[in-house]
Amino acid sequence: MRAPDTPILAKGDVLLAVENVSLSFGGVKALTDVSFDIRKGEIRAIIGPNGAGKTSMLNCINGFYHPTEGRITFKGATRRRMRPYEAARGGIARTFQNVALFKGMTTLDNIMAGRSLKMRRGFFWQALRQGPALQEEVEHRRVVEDIIDFLEIQAIRKVPVGKLPYGLQKRVELGRALAMEPELLLLDEPMAGMNLEEKEDMSRFILDVNQQFGTTIALIEHDMGVVMDLSDRVVVLEYGRKIADGKPEEIKRDQRVIDAYLGVAH
Amino acid sequence: MDLLFKIFVEPFALMVSAPDLLAQTLWEGLVGGVLYALIALGFVLIFKASGVFNFAQGIMVVFAALTLVGLHEKGVPAVLALLLTIAVMFVLAVAVERVVLKPLVNQPDIILFMATFGLTYFLVGLGELIFGGEPKVMITRELFLPQGATDLQLFGGVVRIQHIDVAAAVVASLMIAALAVFFSKTRIGRALRAVADSHKAALSVGISLDQIWIIVWFTAGIVALVTGIMWGARSDVSFALQIIALKALPVLILGGFTSIPGAIVGGLIIGVGEKIGEFYWGPLIGGGIETWLAYVIALLFLLYRPQGLFGEKIIERI
Repeated sequence: MRAPDTPILAKGDVLLAVENVSLSFGGVKALTDVSFDIRKGEIRAIIGPNGAGKTSMLNCINGFYHPTEGRITFKGATRRRMRPYEAARGGIARTFQNVALFKGMTTLDNIMAGRSLKMRRGFFWQALRQGPALQEEVEHRRVVEDIIDFLEIQAIRKVPVGKLPYGLQKRVELGRALAMEPELLLLDEPMAGMNLEEKEDMSRFILDVNQQFGTTIALIEHDMGVVMDLSDRVVVLEYGRKIADGKPEEIKRDQRVIDAYLGVAH
Repeated sequence: MDLLFKIFVEPFALMVSAPDLLAQTLWEGLVGGVLYALIALGFVLIFKASGVFNFAQGIMVVFAALTLVGLHEKGVPAVLALLLTIAVMFVLAVAVERVVLKPLVNQPDIILFMATFGLTYFLVGLGELIFGGEPKVMITRELFLPQGATDLQLFGGVVRIQHIDVAAAVVASLMIAALAVFFSKTRIGRALRAVADSHKAALSVGISLDQIWIIVWFTAGIVALVTGIMWGARSDVSFALQIIALKALPVLILGGFTSIPGAIVGGLIIGVGEKIGEFYWGPLIGGGIETWLAYVIALLFLLYRPQGLFGEKIIERI
């Protein structure tokens, strides 16, 4: 499914490069001249106070927004206006701050929807459930069942997701993103609104995804403990500008970051 | 007392004493109902995928039938005209997506609804411009649709079955079955339900909204074409036909706006209810109740079951 001309990246190569990206809505500047990169195989955290432009950044990366200025290069290819489904096709999956699931559909169908790009058999065969299409459906079901086992949500396979509690919805959403077998997984506040136990579960899943499947992850998170434990590198935004970038221990000591979070006496 | 007798006793006595008349009425009601179901189906398809009540579905029926007949009048062989009409409906779907839906994406539903009003008047104008405004006769024979009627000896009387009605029922049933399978079993069907639930999430898993909308409008266009051929064969092809689209409203209220089985059952209930009402109770107030009975049935439903027979019950968490 991968385009033949895309290079195969080794761990540590630059997977995604954001260069001088600015984004404005009318007169409001959401992002100003932001540059950073995400390397293959790492967990990259994007942090910052509320309104710093973190979600806007993710929206630029997966094509919901188009940067007003600057470039985003993914797997060596720069695209001026990447559309969301093109990003998905290229291997970028994501979850949302306020869960965006297909509420009327079951857990199984939601995760199965994540496979839609991987299904290639003509709809005629699919409708008949015959021949190659049947085999394909079975294969996809196996992948989906593996994900369900991995996320420990067997018990809610057939439940419409609208009825699930918030913590489980977040887990299903992660499952749907994993079903796309992404190269880059964007997680927008995967632990928002969760209790301690749920946060620990989610942290474990994120680490497992990263280590077992080698998936590169970019995540936005407010819980500093989680960020410092999980991430390899952290980029800090404030009022749409990058104010720090580095390893968690460096970030913890950075005076500008401390000021941004705690406020400065003037 | 006399009135009560006429309402509650006489019609039922007539049904029992003349079962052949009852069978005839039921049959006509069912055939009408299948056609209502077809129109309602066009609405359901688009409503499911984009949350828009497509006011233009009625005119799409007329426009499709008119294109078919008009092309044939201009000397195109029937089968070729049929294929060309399908192509025209595809072009229409693409145009609607490009010109109407895309610029209005993320606008409130009412804006899109109003846009389908605009589309309606545009299609009326375009149709009149190209093919003229006078009624035309459907090319029934050229499309190999059966004509004539068979008289069945039933219940000691005669029940007359029009062949075109049988054909309409068969074609509509096949079409509905095909669509139901298409939307429940295929990747595109799953994508369609996904789009209906959340645009944002659908985009993030790589579903292209443009494609889905084109597919849905094209499918609705094909449904419109079939509806137009069948209705056109029973009456004629004219712009007056578009008001049958309004009959789809009570069907949708009965069946629920998002349910394909609902559209079918709702269509049959309205079709049969209308004919039975007209035949047995109509004479009480001088007839003509066929034109409004459907709306009264829908109104009663709205009072007791606003989500329709098969609609999704909306429960908001607060």
